[in-house]
Amino acid sequence: MVYGVLRFINFAHGDVFMLGAFSGVYLNKWLGPALAGLPWGVSLLIILVLSMAICAALGIVIEFLAYRPLRSRPRLNVLITAIGVSLLIEYSGQLIFGATQQPFPQLIPAENLTFTGGLAVTKTQVIVLVTVVALLIGLRFVVMKSRLGLAMRALSLNPTASALMGVNNSVVISFTFGLGSALAAAGGILYASLYPSVEPFMGILPGLKAFIAAVLGGIGNIPGAALGALIIGITETLVGGYSQAVGLPSGYKEGVAFVILILMLLFKPSGLLGKIEREKV
Amino acid sequence: MLELSDVTVAYGSIAALHGISLRVPEGKIVTLIGANGAGKSTTLRTISGLVKTRGGSIRYDGADITNRAPHAIVGRGLCHVPEGRMVFANLTVQENLRMGAYLQRDKAWISSQTEYVFNMFPRLREREKQAAGTLSGGEQQMLAIGRALLGRPKFLMLDEPSLGIAPLLVKAIFEKIVEINRDQGLTILLVEQNANLALDVSSYGYVLETGKVLLEGPSAELKANPEVQAAYLGA
Ligand SMILES: Nc1ncnc2c1ncn2[C@@H]1O[C@H](COP(=O)(O)OP(=O)(O)OP(=O)(O)O)[C@@H](O)[C@H]1O
Ligand SMILES: [Mg+2]
Repeated sequence: MVYGVLRFINFAHGDVFMLGAFSGVYLNKWLGPALAGLPWGVSLLIILVLSMAICAALGIVIEFLAYRPLRSRPRLNVLITAIGVSLLIEYSGQLIFGATQQPFPQLIPAENLTFTGGLAVTKTQVIVLVTVVALLIGLRFVVMKSRLGLAMRALSLNPTASALMGVNNSVVISFTFGLGSALAAAGGILYASLYPSVEPFMGILPGLKAFIAAVLGGIGNIPGAALGALIIGITETLVGGYSQAVGLPSGYKEGVAFVILILMLLFKPSGLLGKIEREKV
Repeated sequence: MLELSDVTVAYGSIAALHGISLRVPEGKIVTLIGANGAGKSTTLRTISGLVKTRGGSIRYDGADITNRAPHAIVGRGLCHVPEGRMVFANLTVQENLRMGAYLQRDKAWISSQTEYVFNMFPRLREREKQAAGTLSGGEQQMLAIGRALLGRPKFLMLDEPSLGIAPLLVKAIFEKIVEINRDQGLTILLVEQNANLALDVSSYGYVLETGKVLLEGPSAELKANPEVQAAYLGA
């Protein structure tokens, strides 16, 4: 999405994901007494929404301070700045939160659900899946149906023309960054609910994989990114599961996403659902 | 209604406009003609705020709009159909029109104006759900004009509406331009390569050459001017 409006890869996205998870840790700590009486679903929702709001604000500030001054400069400058922002957030995180792993609070009660046929899942897995689907539907609605979503799509196709339609491009770019960062925060909280430990570098690998998912699906294409992520996730799990059978350590699964990236860039760089942009001149 | 005084523009170190002054009175069609690279598009882009001036001023409706942001200028009813059409290729015809009405809040006005555009260009109605990038060049031009009309313009700038379009369609589009000027009381600033047609529909014209106004006058006089005939009318 951010790539769509600004044409550069926001390397700091994974770090906002990390900040989202840490927001969850601290919000739970600070609001714990106030949330104590509430059902877990409500307190989860409050923590999720607050973290998303905090990270949305952070994303808007990052764009304003780091990327906006470079908007008319060559794209490479912005790309390098994004790497700088990423490192800044990671090491500031180390300074502020400490370098050691911290446990992530149990926001969703531990419970195993068994279905007929022997399928066993945890309640956390179900809640995470439901939340992700809800967020994706919400995102799709914003992008396809709302006035700002339309402006976002128009801006990504032709910023000069969108300005001539009366769109304040800067506002739409801020909105896009805010929205992207809020979703990254939600991702951080949900991820940390499944793998309950957080540390300042936890965003790097998910950030890279999210990027690969976006390339796989066709960069700038939201349903494509979701599809790409699903394919990578399933392939990783299958490789992890079967690699032991052929005598390989399951750690090899971490390489799957990168193999997919290389294959995609070699054979179909536009991605699975990516369109070659048509424009008659 | 619109007045440029001594406007200077440069791209980096290359000067594009060397002090242009021109006036467009309310309700008129004024044309800007000139060879390639004369600075016609730059003049329109400067009025829209896409390009910043180095000097001079632009006044519109009594207010100074020099170097305002493009979206603020559109908000005053100054709409620009840019060179090369710039329709949003992956958006549908309908979504392109909705983008045109981005600043409009009055739903009833939007639907009646959409109807006006569809009646003017019935092809667009037939292709309402089609991606704009799949339209023919002429259809894209219709869409670009229609989209600008949805911005509730009081002042419309058209940059080479005839570019890459079959002669028959060019005539039709020019008839529409005159019709819009009459029906909607629009003031129009028209940039054209096709000087013959442009001077036919307009009441006043400016001839630009390398960033300067070379000649100006009532369109009929320009058309009769031997210098203009030799250089721009292929006579
Ligand atoms: N973005 C730009 N960067 C640098 N120079 C530019 C840019 N746009 C235009 N120019 C230069 O400014 C001058 C005027 O260009 P402009 O596009 O206004 O001409 P024009 O009269 O519209 O020509 P045409 O009839 O070919 O459309 C040209 O010399 C052109 O090379
Ligand atoms: Mg031009």
